[in-house]
Amino acid sequence: MPKPSRLAAQLIAYAAFVGLIGYFSKSPEYAYVDPQMALLRLSFSHAGERKGECRRLTPEEIAALPPNMRKPLDCPRERLPLLVELHVDGQLLDRRALPPSGIAGDGASTAYERFVIAPGYHRIMVRLRDTAREEGFDYEGEKLILFKPRQNVVIDFRAANGGFKFL
Amino acid sequence: MGRLRRTARLGLELTESLFDAAFSPAWNPFYQLGALGWFFYWVVIVSGIYLFIFFDTGITQAYQSVEQLTQVQWYAGGIMRSLHRYASDALVIVVMIHIGREYILDRLRGPMWFAWITGVPVLWMIFAAGLSGYWLIWDRLAQYVAVATSEWIDTLPFFGEPIARNFLHQTTLSGRFFTLMVFIHIAVPLFMLLLMWIHIHRHTRPRVNPPKGLAVGTLLALLALSFWQPAVSQGPANLNLVPSPVELDWFYLAVLPLADRLPGIWLWLAVGVGTIALVLLPWLPPGQRQAVAVVDLENCNGCARCAADCPFGAINMGSRTDARAFSHQAVVDPSLCTSCGLCTGSCPTATPFRRRSALVAGIELPQLTVASLRDRCLEIGKRLDGRSRVLVFGCDHGLTLDKLIDGDIGAITLSCVGALPPPLLDFLISRRHVDGIVLTGCRMGDCHFRKGIDWTEQRITGERDPYLRKRVPRERLLRCWTGIDQERQLNTEINSFRARLRQLDLEKTGGGDSTDLSA
Repeated sequence: MPKPSRLAAQLIAYAAFVGLIGYFSKSPEYAYVDPQMALLRLSFSHAGERKGECRRLTPEEIAALPPNMRKPLDCPRERLPLLVELHVDGQLLDRRALPPSGIAGDGASTAYERFVIAPGYHRIMVRLRDTAREEGFDYEGEKLILFKPRQNVVIDFRAANGGFKFL
Repeated sequence: MGRLRRTARLGLELTESLFDAAFSPAWNPFYQLGALGWFFYWVVIVSGIYLFIFFDTGITQAYQSVEQLTQVQWYAGGIMRSLHRYASDALVIVVMIHIGREYILDRLRGPMWFAWITGVPVLWMIFAAGLSGYWLIWDRLAQYVAVATSEWIDTLPFFGEPIARNFLHQTTLSGRFFTLMVFIHIAVPLFMLLLMWIHIHRHTRPRVNPPKGLAVGTLLALLALSFWQPAVSQGPANLNLVPSPVELDWFYLAVLPLADRLPGIWLWLAVGVGTIALVLLPWLPPGQRQAVAVVDLENCNGCARCAADCPFGAINMGSRTDARAFSHQAVVDPSLCTSCGLCTGSCPTATPFRRRSALVAGIELPQLTVASLRDRCLEIGKRLDGRSRVLVFGCDHGLTLDKLIDGDIGAITLSCVGALPPPLLDFLISRRHVDGIVLTGCRMGDCHFRKGIDWTEQRITGERDPYLRKRVPRERLLRCWTGIDQERQLNTEINSFRARLRQLDLEKTGGGDSTDLSA
């Protein structure tokens, strides 16, 4: 039977061990966003237009292709980068070019950005250019939103569904 | 670097001395870190199996099923959940200390690199299993873990579409990643078990179970914590709300706040560079390897004691390659040999009493043959004077013995004390080349070469062949297994030992037993 002093020392050691586990398994609390603030996330995946125009192949060119690879159009693979802007209450909060994904630059461009927003009403406007135009945007979405603390607002984009969606 | 490591070692050993006093060397948790890791692993597995029986893998049902376990079945499911979490946390603690300790004690060089390197993926698997586990509960913490982890993963340039888009909003949530996490949380620990087995594969008699008392004590402590502070959920996940603040398990999730604050790719780079550095540590800085044990077939009779005693499985018994009438011979695998010399200590031919042939052991280290060791002992013995001539045997990993050397104290440092053949002790004492012998080296329960102290003790107490002959008076032998923090204790014990030796001589000259041991 171990001495009482040794038992006491063991108890202290066990208590320190589980105390360490008990404390750091849930403390200190962590706030990755201030709980008094709201979060706005702008995220979408969308492919820009192709960089060059498609060219219609001549019948001779089509005939020269292997039978299983014959197609009427020859389109360049590479896509244009997207240009996206986010405005909050008329102020430009973010503007970025989103390059196409893929080694050949032929994939969709993706966005995933988050912004911490103060609670209250804010007019959110988001614009997207996916063509070769020099000026202006191809899509635009705008909404007045009441942001509450800890609220998570998402701006998604689906061209097939009419453009930007506020969730 | 050497000084830093030595200071770290001193601090470590001072702490270990405290634990020696509280737990005894046999139960000292610092000497059982690997075994405790295995123990916590099994607690996690058993509790996890129980939880999985009642767990509903649907993304909407997961939270309710865990709540049911925690609240309704608190006496079993709730306790199991808490044990599952706390044993996982304990696993991280012991693994981290294990890594730091092995590094400080330099137990990663030579053939020990294998255990070190195979431990690195185990480390990452522990974190992968932990992260995926927190995901499954699908409470607010799980939501944070899912979003933060996927945002961090998205910083790698491999994914076409951000994974974090799966967790944008409650209306867009799908269960596909949840299903993947369930799979990962089960598959990773199973694969980890395989790697843990590989991790200890090169050790003979690996310690995979802590002493019963320590296991019971630790389990009771975790149970007490489970009752005192049960693990609970932090409210159901709701992607429409930001889960902030959260009660973070810092043992597993500390990387996520870092990922919030640092560019994710930097953190990946840090993880990658850290992993590479960890893998390269056994060779940083590069050092020269000691020569490995060599078998002398003229003296090897294939008794297999060396193979039985090698703690690293470096010796196998192979078919005889010479014409001698023995069936087997020892074969050393140089890639596994740590040059500890325990094989020499176990070799029955390593006896300095031999007269008819030259003193060559069946297996020995070229850098310290038994013949050269005997000669050094004799040379030191001749130099010593006084009535308590003591020869101290230490090891490369224990205290530096130079300070002990005195008019009647000599010292020899071996690779491991277990390399001492018991007949040499017999020879030195029986022939009165010295009056007493001190064996010291690593701390009791924590030999650098795992078994050096155990085998030496067992050879002396007659539990392990080759035995130290009964005729050797044990009172002329002092075993003092001290670490580098116990120099004073070693000095005190040696002084007391010398006093006892003088007393023994006085008793002899005063008409006591005067048996001639040299016979």
